[in-house]
Amino acid sequence: MSELLWEIEKEGRIGVKLPKSDVPKYESKKLLPDNMVRKSEAKFPQLAEQQVVRHFVELSAKNYHLDKSIYPLGSCTMKYNPKINERLANLAGFTKIHPLTPDEYVQGALEIMSELGNGFCKIGGMDAITLQPAAGAHGEITGLMIMRRYHEAQGNPRKNVVIPDSSHGTNPASIVLSGWQPIEIKSGPDGKIDLKTLEKYLDKDLAALMVTNPNTLGIFESDIEKVADMLHSVGAQLYMDGANMNALLGIARPGDFGVDALHYNLHKTFSTPHGGGGPGSGPVAVKNHLEPFIPKPKIVFANGKYSLDWDIQQSLGKVQAFWGAFAVIVKAYAYILSLGADGIRKTSEDAVLNSNYLRAILEKYYDLPYKSTSMHEFVLSGEFLKKYGVKTLDIAKRLLDLGFHAPTIYFPLIVHEALMIEPTETEPLETLDAFADAMIRIRKEAEENPDILKSAPHDTAVRRLDDVAANRNPILTWWDVKS
Amino acid sequence: MVLDGLYYTKEHEWVKVEGDIASVGITDYAQGELGDVVYVELPSTNKKVSVGDTFSTIEAVKAVSDVYSPVSGEIVEVHRELATVPDLINKDPYGSGWMTKIKIANHDDIKNLLSADEYRKLIGE
Repeated sequence: MSELLWEIEKEGRIGVKLPKSDVPKYESKKLLPDNMVRKSEAKFPQLAEQQVVRHFVELSAKNYHLDKSIYPLGSCTMKYNPKINERLANLAGFTKIHPLTPDEYVQGALEIMSELGNGFCKIGGMDAITLQPAAGAHGEITGLMIMRRYHEAQGNPRKNVVIPDSSHGTNPASIVLSGWQPIEIKSGPDGKIDLKTLEKYLDKDLAALMVTNPNTLGIFESDIEKVADMLHSVGAQLYMDGANMNALLGIARPGDFGVDALHYNLHKTFSTPHGGGGPGSGPVAVKNHLEPFIPKPKIVFANGKYSLDWDIQQSLGKVQAFWGAFAVIVKAYAYILSLGADGIRKTSEDAVLNSNYLRAILEKYYDLPYKSTSMHEFVLSGEFLKKYGVKTLDIAKRLLDLGFHAPTIYFPLIVHEALMIEPTETEPLETLDAFADAMIRIRKEAEENPDILKSAPHDTAVRRLDDVAANRNPILTWWDVKS
Repeated sequence: MVLDGLYYTKEHEWVKVEGDIASVGITDYAQGELGDVVYVELPSTNKKVSVGDTFSTIEAVKAVSDVYSPVSGEIVEVHRELATVPDLINKDPYGSGWMTKIKIANHDDIKNLLSADEYRKLIGE
């Protein structure tokens, strides 16, 4: 294991000599309330610059990332992030502007936000958009709060929101935070929303249904138009979690199949970085009847000029500092412009093709509980390997030995010992074949030598981590280790 | 492992009835499916529950799962030790892994529960 910076520091070692401060010094005690002022010196490890560089280079060599190989995490859409996105977002004209710069000096930045919003509305078949939400789950709650405003304006905020049991875990949480009661309905035997079950909840208390389409089993909800009609017949709304938009770009538009609001995940579908390389971004697009309630300010274009409009009476207000994750917005804009309309459609076609290619190979070696052609991802079950004492977790760990990042495991919850695989469109045939070969090899090992799986990984920088101990007794800082 | 003499639910709780008191926990099958339990959120005593209410949440490494009340009544005892030793649920689900005791309001609720044999059938044992 690599040493921490704290372990290699030496008293008095200095990396950078700071110049003399040329601004007046203020006493923090005079500016801040007492409980906000640090009582002890801030602690920093004392190191030379070269030590720090070597430390992070060593970590990056141990790291697994998309620039190394496939990252088939189902539901996460870990596609390659084109380098041109980074180059453009790093242009000084973008990085050096202050968010409070007056509109007339940042016309270019406003134009990018406006044009990207228009592009997203076109892709989704929607009418209006906010780019503010910071990620997918933030998009969910923003979309639901817009719907709540809408229902309140109709005179009845309503009580319930229905979700299928295949939905993302963040969906019920967003529903509760929006002041509604989530009602989970069981999927039908084909893995899709069961219309008969939905019918039971159609009444004036139903505010909305939240659906991910294609759903988390990688199956397209083919009855979606019927679902939308059923909801609209009682005045309820259809919210779509856009986590799986990578299957639909240029092929099907949520607005055309009855969706009233949806969020996009730029860090999934639109090739901006995930997690530590983020931040995320979860713009919410709506139909006309919901537009009066979306967050402000809105970017408007009039008389050849872009400006920010704050005068929106029924708006939800602001949901994010400033105007959203602007650099991420630039990257997503670079992505859709470099692809063009044809390229955007090809993206989804290839994502679906890659997924079906892998599914067709792997369903011969693993169990495919919901039999169907796949959209951009598919879900296998490792349940049948229990007879060898092997769990899905062991498969995931063994994949690391063979040089691959594991797929999403144990989600969705309705599949036992789930393996959720999403190759994305950016993986070439050779990589798909190599991943399939690794999965087939593991399937054979499970029968012939299950111990090699149960004790995996063997060849990684660290062996299997004790995640139970880490959860039961979390040690969160170096100072907890030392004390 | 399914014990005779207990009642069961489709959601994998077991119920032991002694007079007016129902002791409740999750089954051996359920703990196996969840994997190592890392945290248990427990209810307060005197809380009134109805059949199907969530009275506890079990957090395991791979999933978080609600525990539903198999009977209506009042929670009269809570196994507080689970807060600090949650793995009792893994080690001894039918014994020291018990979660709550509920004072049964209506004995008819028991009729709707599964027998040991019915539960064995449900989980394919």
